[in-house]
Amino acid sequence: MTKITMREAISQALMEEMDRDPAVFIMGEEVGVWGGTYAVTKGFFDKYGADRVKDTPIAENAIIGGAIGAAMVGQRPIAELMTINFAFSAMDYIVNQAAKLRYMFGGQFMLPLVIRAVGGGGRQLGATHSQTPDAIFAHFPGLKVVSPGTPEDAKGLLKSAIRSNDPILFIEHATMYQVRGEVPDGEYLIPIGKSKVQRPGKDLTIVTYCKGLELSMKAADELAKEGIEAEIVDLRTLRPLDMEPVLESFKKTNRAIVVEEGWKSYGVGSEIVSRIYEEAFDYVDAPIIRVAQKEVPLPYNRTLEQAALPQVHDIVAAAKEVLK
Amino acid sequence: MKKEQLLDLYHQMVLIRRVEERGAELYQAGKIGGFMHLYIGQEAVSTGLIAAREPRDRVITAYRDHGVALNCGLSADSVMAELLGKATGTSKGKGGSMHMADTEKNMWGGHAIVGGHLPIAAGFAVGDQYAKNDNVTICMFGDGATNIGYFHEALNLAKTWGLRVLWVCENNQYGMGTAVKRASAVDEIRQKAEGYGMKNAEVDGMDVMKVYEASKAAIDYVRREGQPYLLEINTYRFRGHSMGDPERYRKSEEVKKWQESDPIGIFNKYLLEKKIATRKALDEIEARVEEEVAKAVEFAETSPEPALSELFADIYADN
Ligand SMILES: Cc1ncc(C[n+]2csc(CCOP(=O)(O)OP(=O)(O)O)c2C)c(N)n1
Ligand SMILES: [Mg+2]
Repeated sequence: MTKITMREAISQALMEEMDRDPAVFIMGEEVGVWGGTYAVTKGFFDKYGADRVKDTPIAENAIIGGAIGAAMVGQRPIAELMTINFAFSAMDYIVNQAAKLRYMFGGQFMLPLVIRAVGGGGRQLGATHSQTPDAIFAHFPGLKVVSPGTPEDAKGLLKSAIRSNDPILFIEHATMYQVRGEVPDGEYLIPIGKSKVQRPGKDLTIVTYCKGLELSMKAADELAKEGIEAEIVDLRTLRPLDMEPVLESFKKTNRAIVVEEGWKSYGVGSEIVSRIYEEAFDYVDAPIIRVAQKEVPLPYNRTLEQAALPQVHDIVAAAKEVLK
Repeated sequence: MKKEQLLDLYHQMVLIRRVEERGAELYQAGKIGGFMHLYIGQEAVSTGLIAAREPRDRVITAYRDHGVALNCGLSADSVMAELLGKATGTSKGKGGSMHMADTEKNMWGGHAIVGGHLPIAAGFAVGDQYAKNDNVTICMFGDGATNIGYFHEALNLAKTWGLRVLWVCENNQYGMGTAVKRASAVDEIRQKAEGYGMKNAEVDGMDVMKVYEASKAAIDYVRREGQPYLLEINTYRFRGHSMGDPERYRKSEEVKKWQESDPIGIFNKYLLEKKIATRKALDEIEARVEEEVAKAVEFAETSPEPALSELFADIYADN
């Protein structure tokens, strides 16, 4: 095992897959000469050249639409959206084309496409640049949505995503590139569509993913000081959703909270809570609580922004509430 | 233009420069967060352009908006307060650097989605056409923004419907780190207007007088003919795209070369050579700006943070 940052993990996954398969190439805004807005593809342009690291015009429809076309004819493009907020500028291509074309034409072709996009709030970027809209993408059958919370998962999942023959939206978090974690030495893959227990516990289940994992791990440390043992289940993939580890944990603890950074209404938490009620109703000992973002567009002012985002203390409070 | 007006333009340009230089310091000191895009080097563009409008003409721009805000008459106090996220800012501290607006001054905002505000600008003109007035909407955007679909949809609509929009492309040679040639099929942006049968022109954006003349002619045309017009203004940003840009995509010699045609220096020389102002008069303007900026920083720093209740205010008109 080696300790690396999330940025390094993603960068390594991209490089390993590019070295392995010449059909893999990257296209997006500022991925080349600039080295990636978040420095994930730093050095790639010099190593692979303009052919495989394509700087595009600011044209999200052409980026996603173009990558879809290239994937349909057999290449394996990785399209980068500078931030997930610009996915809205390419919404038709993501939800109306990528998610549907194969099915609609009776499976005549594959769509081996990865869309990398960074999301999340907390950097005072204002309402249009701070969103965590993961749930709406997970709404669409035909698309797979992956959002890792550790460097190990980021690397293994991204490599699997690049090898997958389906369109995958791979969501990273803007405040997590410096997060460090152990990754296995040598090549490894992590399967898409598998949730994972990231911390064992017996008193309650915290279901979460991505930034929520980082916050929940800290909350679990706090709770442990008071003798409360939280079990953390990391979804890692939002679609297809793997409920097995969630249900297994819940059947043991009988109490749960769901933590996500996006808005609460119609969110990931809403989905998880309904699934638990549908599939494990007999095990419910207390109402399940969702910890999520306040229902406001995120403001620039730091204090207001932090007040709107879910915090460690919100998770601790919710955990204690379900244990009452 | 009268002497007072010319001196006022000089004042505006120096004010933009100093507000931003102080802003950059405050950003480094951690008092400003988020993205901040400086206008330094491009001051002549919005100064000459906005001077040519009537107060009833609407202005809308992208996130590089501090200069435009000041030119439209937003106070240095309110601009600085917005940068610091204070309740007294142009947008109550909720918008930040990229979202300055004062609709009473017909400054309809900085907008952070590249090209996103262009169809909205067309919409202002639809509203004004519907109201049967001859207001002109002035819509500013970067060279990079002309590669996104929004630009093309908006220009097509404007020409087809005869909308009073002056499209102003600030060609500062780069969209982030991508040179125009690497991202646009034509490197003369004005050519894109040809495809929509739209009248267009190009002007040197480092000379505020030239910008003013070209803008005046364009605005007159739009108002008189009830037709859109595209003006390409060539300029250069002296600083990075935003704070923290490693600037790997351009050479410092290139930046230095452009800095030789500093728009403030050019205008300063013009005012002296034409004997419109004495060196002393210009020094006085600079000293006055210094005081104004110091006062603006003081105002911003001592202004209150927005109340926590502001978090839920203004989400809907009907609460
Ligand atoms: C739809 C969308 N895509 C990408 C971005 C990220 N982005 C912000 S500014 C910018 C460059 C814009 O360049 P240009 O239009 O030339 O304006 P300039 O910054 O040079 O003033 C990019 C790519 C964005 N804000 N919106
Ligand atoms: Mg530009």
